[in-house]
Amino acid sequence: MSTTLFDKVWDSHVVRKIKDGPDVLFIDRHLIHEVTSPVAFLGLKSRNNTVLFSERTFATADHNTPTINQHLPVEDPLSANQLKALEENSAEYGISHWGLGHQKNGIVHVVGPENGITLPGATIVCGDSHTSTHGAFGAIAFGIGTSEVEMVLSSQCIMQPKPKKMRINITGELGFGVTPKDVALFIISKLTTSGATGYFVEYAGDVFKQMTMEGRMTVCNLSIEMGARGGIIAPDEKTFEYIKDRLYTPKGAAWDKAMDYWKTLTTDADAVFDKELTFDGSDIEPMITYGTNPGMGTGISQNIPKAEDVEGGVATYKKSLDYMGFAEGDTMIGKPVDYVFIGSCTNGRIEDFRAFASIVKGRKKADNITAWLVPGSHVVEAAIKEEGLLDIFTAAGFVLREPGCSACLAMNDDKVPAGKVAVSTSNRNFEGRQGPGSRTLLASPLVAAATAVTGVVTDPRTLL
Amino acid sequence: MAYDKFQILKSTAVPLPIENVDTDQIIPARFLKATERKGFGDNLFRDWRYNSDNTPKEQFILNNPIYKGKILVGGKNFGSGSSREHAAWAVYDYGFRCVVSSFFADIFRGNCLNIGVLPVQVSAGFLDKIFKAIEANPATELEIDLPKQTITLLATGAQESFEINDYKKQNMINGFDDIDYLTKMKAEIQEFAENRPF
Ligand code: SF4
Repeated sequence: MSTTLFDKVWDSHVVRKIKDGPDVLFIDRHLIHEVTSPVAFLGLKSRNNTVLFSERTFATADHNTPTINQHLPVEDPLSANQLKALEENSAEYGISHWGLGHQKNGIVHVVGPENGITLPGATIVCGDSHTSTHGAFGAIAFGIGTSEVEMVLSSQCIMQPKPKKMRINITGELGFGVTPKDVALFIISKLTTSGATGYFVEYAGDVFKQMTMEGRMTVCNLSIEMGARGGIIAPDEKTFEYIKDRLYTPKGAAWDKAMDYWKTLTTDADAVFDKELTFDGSDIEPMITYGTNPGMGTGISQNIPKAEDVEGGVATYKKSLDYMGFAEGDTMIGKPVDYVFIGSCTNGRIEDFRAFASIVKGRKKADNITAWLVPGSHVVEAAIKEEGLLDIFTAAGFVLREPGCSACLAMNDDKVPAGKVAVSTSNRNFEGRQGPGSRTLLASPLVAAATAVTGVVTDPRTLL
Repeated sequence: MAYDKFQILKSTAVPLPIENVDTDQIIPARFLKATERKGFGDNLFRDWRYNSDNTPKEQFILNNPIYKGKILVGGKNFGSGSSREHAAWAVYDYGFRCVVSSFFADIFRGNCLNIGVLPVQVSAGFLDKIFKAIEANPATELEIDLPKQTITLLATGAQESFEINDYKKQNMINGFDDIDYLTKMKAEIQEFAENRPF
């Protein structure tokens, strides 16, 4: 039988199929954080349930944590309360907990792969939609709601109808200055924010084969922004190399056994998808968004499209541009910017900071720019220091902050003020996402760096 | 039993003819700091509903007393973005029991079903009819019949059927949820877990 990678992983986790209903899906690994788990634990208690497999759940604090002075008590009482709830619930049920200040602490989708929690062929869920990140390893990974967090705690299963399958092939090679973030923003701009709703997407083709694990994570991370349940890339030597010897990766005989299984995780040559799309990698240029959803993106050298040239309602489109303070036909290059944010589970890994450094090296931060450099984890932070990137940043006038989600969702103090424009390497440019009234332009670390040193939206290819 | 039973709902509706309404708009992140499921309705559509000084924005639909009811009607691709179940809680807590749209984002749809809010997906044409009917007469009523899986514009009798899988349908009708189901499967799940390679 010819099956897809997605089918192989999904089908091997079905505990029970419900007639005219969802599948009961076993979850290998469950990640939790302070914001979407407290109510799930309350529910668990009120039903007199307990955690079925505490060793399969992993807690880290990231969403509301401050990115400076993490050694001091958290000032915001509501955030402190959520952090305390996470710590207490983890202790009560025997769940691994990497709280603020712990050397393994960081953004949930950064620390999972770093510690071998993320494995090929696994099912992974978390109460955060960018759980799709882990699909880069050939796992089925997706975001869930709090009711489902409670389900996984109490039964290690969730109930899901099996999504349809889509394959997106990108052939050829990427051009100079084009990064995985640009690939993802390009795909989303083609599909719109709902183009993959109901689908699980496999990414295939030379561009993904060539891509590093960090890059694959960036692409899979953004799958949700076109509505997909998740994204998946077949594991290969790069994947195995990355996960080997990490904290929770199987070792010894268990590794050998797992490898035998992992090597079967490919889509059969004659497998059929419900939908299949192919793009040419050389058509992609550095991307930037101009509107209030991630589908509103364009090549950086292009102009903002006219309302009549885009799919969807004209009124919604105009409302979006109004919010941004932009007009149809505007050029993006040269637009004034106030803030630059590099970080998040999309682009907060070491490779992203290397890219940022490649442009700011020997240059200076523009005076009009407030820059937030936020590593995805303490491991990333340590690598930044070890590789000498911190010295480059400091010389260029940048300050490195401590890990967390930060301005990706602005639950802590890292908020972009109303009306201000931020070039951000995160994943969402929704109205107010980075603070009430904030205006977000999503882009790659290279575009962010180029903008940070010039003070206006800048094509990184002119500075590389 | 986890939530109210849902069978037939007859109500006026609140129209929100905007596409791609994301969950950051339904409830902004700064209101996600509670450790209990309480009071989220106050912050439903917070930044569309209130100015930064907390005065209501008069032109926003929820601030217009003409529009009320237990049904929220939204534009295409409703509930995209963040997986926060808080968005569904806010919709519920405000008093809505049903959201109608021509297209829903997956996670939001699932979250609604898990807490007893019925997502009803209609055709683009029918959605347009609903918006027009409410515009012409805000007192227009809709009837959602879950057992029959139909939605009806009572003024004209215009009707469409909607999809819901039978398992979820029975859950909604009886007020059961997935946890009730899963906890009964414990032995089967434990046995399954023993055979997992990691
Ligand atoms: S960085 Fe942003 S998207 Fe990623 S886990 Fe944190 S809040 Fe979610």
